[in-house]
Amino acid sequence: MQLSVRIAKRLSKSFSLEAEFDAPAGFAMLLGPSGAGKTTLLNCIAGLLRPDAGRIALGERVLFDSASRTNLPVQERKLGYLFQNLALFPHLTIAQNVKYGISHLPAEQRSERMTAMLESFRIAHLVDRKPSEISGGERQRAALARSLVTNPTMLLLDEPLLALDVVTKAKIVDDLRIWNAEHAIPIVYVTHSPQEAYALGERVVVLDAGRVVGRGMPNEVLAAPRHETIAQIVGFENVFDVTVKSVSESQGTMLCQMDGSLTEIDVPLGHVEIGERVRIAIRAGDIIAATERPQHLSARNNFAARIVSIRREGPRVILLIEAGVTFEVHVTPRACDELGLAEGSPVWLVIKSYSCHLVAPRE
Amino acid sequence: MMDWSAIFLTLRLALVVCALLLIIGMPIASWLSFSKWRYKFFVESIVALPLVLPPTVLGFYVLVAMGSQSPFGRWYQSISGHAMPFTFTGLVIASVIYSLPFAVQPMTAAFGQVDRNLINASSTLGASRLRTFIRIVLPLSLGGVVTGVVLSFAHTLGEFGVVLMVGGNIPGVTQTVSIAIYDHVQALDYAGANHMALLLLAFSFITLSITYSLNRRAGIFYRPYRDSALRPEVGFAKTRRH
Repeated sequence: MQLSVRIAKRLSKSFSLEAEFDAPAGFAMLLGPSGAGKTTLLNCIAGLLRPDAGRIALGERVLFDSASRTNLPVQERKLGYLFQNLALFPHLTIAQNVKYGISHLPAEQRSERMTAMLESFRIAHLVDRKPSEISGGERQRAALARSLVTNPTMLLLDEPLLALDVVTKAKIVDDLRIWNAEHAIPIVYVTHSPQEAYALGERVVVLDAGRVVGRGMPNEVLAAPRHETIAQIVGFENVFDVTVKSVSESQGTMLCQMDGSLTEIDVPLGHVEIGERVRIAIRAGDIIAATERPQHLSARNNFAARIVSIRREGPRVILLIEAGVTFEVHVTPRACDELGLAEGSPVWLVIKSYSCHLVAPRE
Repeated sequence: MMDWSAIFLTLRLALVVCALLLIIGMPIASWLSFSKWRYKFFVESIVALPLVLPPTVLGFYVLVAMGSQSPFGRWYQSISGHAMPFTFTGLVIASVIYSLPFAVQPMTAAFGQVDRNLINASSTLGASRLRTFIRIVLPLSLGGVVTGVVLSFAHTLGEFGVVLMVGGNIPGVTQTVSIAIYDHVQALDYAGANHMALLLLAFSFITLSITYSLNRRAGIFYRPYRDSALRPEVGFAKTRRH
C-alpha cells in the first residue's frame, strides 16, 4: 500500500504549498523548519484542508483528485491522525476514547478490540481514567491506541512525541513498529528534529517554504545535504557563498574564493563553470583547530586564523574563528584547555575538501 | 395581593420561549461558531440587534409583520382563523426574537472555545458532524448552553416593551407580571406592585445564582483539565479554579 501525494495549496499571498512525494508502508519522516508547511500538508492528506489542485491516492483508492473532482470526506478516508496536542476527549475515559472510532461495531467486539489494543500499548490498567489523570507518556499511548483501533489505512503523526523524553519516545516508537510489522501501512511522521528522522525514518521528505527540497533515505538526504535548508536542519553551522576560481578534473576538486575575503578553499568538484558562484556547507565538528602550522596532513585546506570568541555550551566549546570569513568550530572542553585556546589567540584551521558540501541555495 | 394568573402566564411564556430558543439557538450558535462564510458578521449583527434596539422599535416591527397587512400575518390568519397580534402565540414569537441573543451568544462563545483539534480528531475517527456535535462539542460546552437557556428564561420573565406592543394588556391572555406591575402602579396600588416586583426580583436573582454556581462547580458540566499541559490554549476550563 503506497501513499502518493501531489498537491498545490495556496494559503496566502506569500505562502503556497506545492508538494509531491510517495510513502510506501513504513515510516516516512516529514522534516522541515517550523512554518515550512508540514502540518498543512498533513491536513491536506487527512482531508481537513482542501488542496487547490493535485491528487492524493492510497494504493488504488483515490482520496483527492482535482481533475475528476474527487474529494473524499475526512470520515471516509480511514486514517489515523495523531495531533500535536493528542486531542484526547477530556470528558471521556480512556476506554470511551479508544472505542469512539469503532462505534459501528457490536458492543462485545468493541470491548474486545479496545482491550487488545490497550494491552498491546501496555495501558490496559488505565481504562477507567480520564486523560487528565494519566501521565504524558500514557496519554501518547492512549491517543495512538485510539487511532490504531480503527485499523486505519495510513497513520499521520504531527510531532506527537515532542514533549517526551528520549527513552519513553523510543519505547512508544518500538511498539508502533511492532504494530506496523503486521499491518504494513504508510506512517507519515512530522518532525523538525533531524535526529528523529535519522533514528526512525526509512525515508525522509524535507520540506521548506512549502516545497519539497529533498527526499530519499535519511543517510543520503541528510548526511550529504544538497540544499541549504537541509544543511541548516541537520546542523551544518557553516554555510558560505564562494566563487569557483579553478577546476581540477584529475583531483576531483575545485578551488573557490570565499565571498568577502581572499581566502581560497578546496572543495569537491561540482557541475559548475569557472567564475560561477556556489554555496558550500561545513559542519562545525568537521573543522580542526591547531595551535601550530599543520604539516604532513592529507587535508587540503589550512588557514591561519584568529579566535574571535569562545563559548562553553554543555559538553562542547563553540569557537568563532576569523580567517577572512568567520567559521564556527566545535571542540571538546579538554581540547580547548590542553591547547590553551583563548580569545584573540592565533590558530590554524584544517578542513578536508570532502567535509565541504555543495548545497543549492534557498530560493 | 398576588396576581396569580399573570404569574402563571409569565412562567408559561418564559418556559415556552426558552425551550424554543434551545431548539432554534443551538443550530444558529453552532453555525455562527463553525462557519467560515465571509459575510457571517451580517448574521451576527441581526442576532445581536435586540440587544441594542429599543423594545418598542422591535415590538413595532414585529406587530407590523404579524398584522393583516403583511403576507406572514395573512398566512397565519388563513390557517388559524384569527389574527396573531394580542394572542399568546404572538407574544411567544416576539419574545423568541427579543431573547434570541441572550440564548445564542453564550452558546456561540462556548462552542467557539472547544479545541478545534478535538473536532478534527472526531472526524478522522469517522464521526459525522452531528455525532461530533452531540458527543464532543455539546458535552464540552454544556455550561454555555445552560447559561444561554437560563438567561433567555430570565430575560423573558422581565420583558415589558415588546410584550406591551405585541400583546397588549389582556389579563389571562397577554398580561405578564411586568405589565401587571405597571397596572398596579398606574392604579396607585404600590403594595400590590411591590409584591409582584419583589417576586420577580427574587426569582431572577435565584435563577442566576443557581446558574452561575453550577457553572463554577466542576463535575456538573464536565471535568476540566487538571493538568495544565493538556489544557487547550483557549479553553472553557480556564475560568475555573482547581
